[in-house]
Amino acid sequence: MLIPCPLCGPRDLREFSPRGAAVTLERPDAEALPEEWHAYLHLRDNPAGATRELWWHGAGCGAWLIVERNTVTHEVIGVSLVTGEPEQ
Amino acid sequence: MIRLAVETPLGGLCVSHGDLTLAELPAIRLTWLAPWPGEARAMSHALQAAHGVHFPEPGETLENGSTRILWAGRAQALLAGPAPATELAHHGAVVDQTEGWAGLRLEGAGAAQVLARLCPLDLRGKAFPPGRTARSLLGHMNAQITAVDGGLELMVMRSMAGTAAAEIEEAMRSVAARG
Repeated sequence: MLIPCPLCGPRDLREFSPRGAAVTLERPDAEALPEEWHAYLHLRDNPAGATRELWWHGAGCGAWLIVERNTVTHEVIGVSLVTGEPEQ
Repeated sequence: MIRLAVETPLGGLCVSHGDLTLAELPAIRLTWLAPWPGEARAMSHALQAAHGVHFPEPGETLENGSTRILWAGRAQALLAGPAPATELAHHGAVVDQTEGWAGLRLEGAGAAQVLARLCPLDLRGKAFPPGRTARSLLGHMNAQITAVDGGLELMVMRSMAGTAAAEIEEAMRSVAARG
């Protein structure tokens, strides 16, 4: 599998580390309701098909990427850089 | 008084197999540059004014006399050669990494073939001409790989110098044995 890094171009899978579903980018506020935290922490989708994931290009440019890919066909649909600072 | 001699990570290694040669690069001052958020353009201008090179685009290397700059990752670059101008520190992190890296140069017609055994990139001259640089893997080591006239330059963390040299030499032997 090749992941097309926006900075480095198409790169081999072994340069990347999977970092789970991209929902971790939308972390609830510290004061959010317990139900929201429960949903964030435990109620994850396990889609057969299009999914949005975080991958870290650790052996390349060091960027975190949002990779949209199809878990059934392994087709990579889109890749973008994670931008912005995490909310404090 | 005892005078201590500076030793390079590989003690000036130079080995040949067939028409392939692997040699350690002479020690050179290396400075890691990482502009603060929003300061990339200002850093690039400061570099241009002080060292005659701009901040490299992804995969780019630039040269100006004895000054070289290598793209080294997202919003990162390595300045090789001169002492960094003090203005650079106003626009980002400036860290001396001279002692942190080991450099090797692989020359010979089959250099790309040798590295094909260790690195996932296509390093043949057509795909990776002089002026290009990349962060990738060399075996299990993170490496900075740069195309230069007549060969490829490889930089790995100094602590991995011995492993890198051994792995490349092993691959050189196999390629040379195939003729």
